[in-house]
Amino acid sequence: MIFRCRNRPINRTFYFYPARYSTDEGDTMNRILQPINDEQFGFTEAQHLLRRAGFGGRAEQVAMLQRQGIDGAVDHLVEYSRIDWDAPQETFDADLKRPPTAEERAAWRQARKDNDAEELERLKKIRQQSDREDRKQARLLQRWWLRRLAESPRPLEEKLVLLWQGHFAVNYRGVKDSYLLHKQNEFFRKHAMQFAALAKGIVHDPAMLIFLNNDRNRKGRPNENLARELMELFTLGVGHYTENDIKEGARALTGYTRRDNDFAFNRRQHDTGNKQILGTRSAYDGDSFVSLLLKQPACSRFIAAKLYDHFVMDLTDPAPSDRDKVIAALAEVIRRSRYDLKPALKALFSSKHFYSAAVMGAKIKSPVELTIELIRTLEPGDYEEKPVLDALRMMGQDLFNPPNVAGWPGGRAWINTSTLFVRQNLATYLITGHRPDRGRYRARSQPYDAMALLRDLPNRTPEAAVTHLTDLLLGAAANSNRRAQLRQFLTDRKDKIANDSIIAMLLLITAMPEYQLC
Amino acid sequence: MSEHHPWTRRAFLQNGLTMVSTAATLPLFLQRSAFGINDPRDRRATAQQPGVPEDRILVVIQLGGGNDGLNTVIPFGDSHYYTNRPTLAVRQQDALVVDEGQGIGLHGNLAALKELYDEGVVAICQGVGYPNPNRSHFKSMDIWHTADVPNGQGTGWLGRYFDNTCAGSPQADRCIAIGREAPIATMGKTAKAISFESARLFRWAGEDLHDELGETYQKINRGGSPTGALKPDQTNTSFLMRTALDAQISSDKIRKAVARRAEVSYPGSALARQLKMIGAMIRSGLTTRVYYATMGGFDTHAGQQYRHANLLKQYAESIRAFYRDLKDQGNHQRVLILTFSEFGRRVKENASRGTDHGTAAPMFVIGDMVRPGVHGPHPSLSKLDKGDLIYHTDFRQIYAAALEHWMKADSEKILRGKFKPAPVLDTKNI
Repeated sequence: MIFRCRNRPINRTFYFYPARYSTDEGDTMNRILQPINDEQFGFTEAQHLLRRAGFGGRAEQVAMLQRQGIDGAVDHLVEYSRIDWDAPQETFDADLKRPPTAEERAAWRQARKDNDAEELERLKKIRQQSDREDRKQARLLQRWWLRRLAESPRPLEEKLVLLWQGHFAVNYRGVKDSYLLHKQNEFFRKHAMQFAALAKGIVHDPAMLIFLNNDRNRKGRPNENLARELMELFTLGVGHYTENDIKEGARALTGYTRRDNDFAFNRRQHDTGNKQILGTRSAYDGDSFVSLLLKQPACSRFIAAKLYDHFVMDLTDPAPSDRDKVIAALAEVIRRSRYDLKPALKALFSSKHFYSAAVMGAKIKSPVELTIELIRTLEPGDYEEKPVLDALRMMGQDLFNPPNVAGWPGGRAWINTSTLFVRQNLATYLITGHRPDRGRYRARSQPYDAMALLRDLPNRTPEAAVTHLTDLLLGAAANSNRRAQLRQFLTDRKDKIANDSIIAMLLLITAMPEYQLC
Repeated sequence: MSEHHPWTRRAFLQNGLTMVSTAATLPLFLQRSAFGINDPRDRRATAQQPGVPEDRILVVIQLGGGNDGLNTVIPFGDSHYYTNRPTLAVRQQDALVVDEGQGIGLHGNLAALKELYDEGVVAICQGVGYPNPNRSHFKSMDIWHTADVPNGQGTGWLGRYFDNTCAGSPQADRCIAIGREAPIATMGKTAKAISFESARLFRWAGEDLHDELGETYQKINRGGSPTGALKPDQTNTSFLMRTALDAQISSDKIRKAVARRAEVSYPGSALARQLKMIGAMIRSGLTTRVYYATMGGFDTHAGQQYRHANLLKQYAESIRAFYRDLKDQGNHQRVLILTFSEFGRRVKENASRGTDHGTAAPMFVIGDMVRPGVHGPHPSLSKLDKGDLIYHTDFRQIYAAALEHWMKADSEKILRGKFKPAPVLDTKNI
């Protein structure tokens, strides 16, 4: 198997979506999400699948995926829970940011009362110390996730966690508690394929409750922040609710707070009265409010559009033909499966639309996609995590730090004259170890083994090497013009195929505008 | 202010005859296409309205750590200052008097700034702050950057300025921040700034590995189409090729600009080094509209006296050198300088001869277009809020003045609220 995984028989038809429909509506959807067949699933298609449903991989991995045929390959990626993995373990201290103990509170009170500057200073130092330690742990948390992204044999799982971190977006600036962010990240992972569980869980998530001030949402003194974003950004989208729905929804969420690291329901602060939300009237609490939102057709459409944006094309890009029909068909699948996203993702990853020319090699990679694809495709041995995390921040996608509750703006917003250099220089760093901020380049004692990329190439002619490398790194975005430029580069260097000339080609390919696409 | 407006002359020189002559008569959408045709860099983005100067520059200088306002602008006329600051207070005879009546002077180490003050290019805004001040460095800095009070969340105020004026342009060289990372202030929803510690880093590092790589790299990255405006239905590939070309052009220009020796000498401090780079970029005629520089070290909890005095000296001398440089270039009328810090410090000094995090503080606004002098009263030293000064001018009023009066932008949209521009700029003559 491609990724170390347990062999288990896979029922290929069970989840296969179009077979389940017989109505006219189903027929239309059959057409819209019509699957490709095994003949149409070539190397480039398998690579496209692995890049989009995961973060790409080595040529051997792509070839093995292709050999499984379209259904097998899609199953392999989507049914990832069948793949065993000893994930990198890291312990996170739950108590770096704990609430003050009774004694500490008493000490603060006393010191303030006595106007004891020295004692106040001492107490403040203790608090600042815990803030500092927590910031340190937040960096550890980033490293931990980076390793998971780079190493997991279940890449779709991590890609979904990334989707949810941008969807239910909170940031360290607003939460200031690394343990709660870790907990939230694991929550996204646990329910990555189950949107209903995510939506229901997010109103119990301490990091979210802090970030959107629901810990201050009390009976008689409602705070509307969470209610608003729940409808606008998490489930329905703008235009599918009224300001009054927000007011009433906020009442439903009163008393949803946290105690230290856990959710707590404060019965006394909860407004038990009837609420009028989306044309219904009931004594909603947070949970039944979320259930009501999930029942809205707008919700499945909103989530379908989100999946499309994440896996197919950014919604801000020029729309491929049939885009809106594909989203509508996905929404229908999501509705029928009650927000189990597996059938929708399987239908999507098998569909002709997903492999159409307007989609393949046409989406701009997010900084995380760029970084992880570089690592997974080239497998550079000894890179440090810090410069990689720094680069992610400079490219605009600091892990655990989306800019605000609306998440990361994707697509072309990732690219400008400044981030483009960071993107190119990150590739240079990963391949050669050269950091642009570290003055003169000193060669690694053990240079990157670029020849290994050509291992399975039977005939190492310059043409074959150029084609192989552009196919591997650019996929569907490869074109004859770029191949000709590289071919010329080799000709000018006497057609020498050796480790350093292959490294040079890797540097040039990863600096191509097309390398930003997948 | 001089009679003629240098920016009109410059725009004329830079953009050529056709464009300027059409600009006066053509409707806006036609002008834009004229810009698109005539200028490979597509300068249309900054030309918001006919007649609005498009080469005005704003330089923002951040003093990180919380500059002690009370030991910057000295209220020597107030005895409370001396009772609260038994070891740190600046004596009246050591202060450089700027307002005898109010009893206000500058710290003695700000002599270089006082020189500019006497030339009539410095406005001192007293008592600047915001409601419910936050005393955390991070939070308060976020608040100043985002102009989002009290949450400090979301995009930056300068980023939103670009979002509103140059929508859709991936050219980051409209805003250049000196430093490892672009500050939040410069991050818009789509607008992003270029940031580099040294211009050397704003380029492809692959060239360092082998000279021969550069040639093919340039061929690859300069293949984009330079003319015409970006269209929304353009493919991602041509968008990327276009941006790659823009990046090469910006990189060439910026590196060429800072490689030139400055004509005016600068001191050796870190801020001076940054301002020297900015001065060089302005001199070379980059289309950059906002520059951002930072200086740290103002968190003076202990042993403040000499440390702080030193910082003030570095600050003032850097600013003076920068202004002299601009004047030497003839660009001094194009550049407005704002300096701010995330908060001032407590009125009462602490037990370690330092000061702790406080609230309101003075802000300096510098340039030929300011209304020079002291603006607003010194905040009261006897009527305090839990030992802290009470602000009377919201910092967003200063931003509003820079946006509305200088950059000619809609400050209400950018600041997400109506703020009366502080009267710090000479609106009649700009």
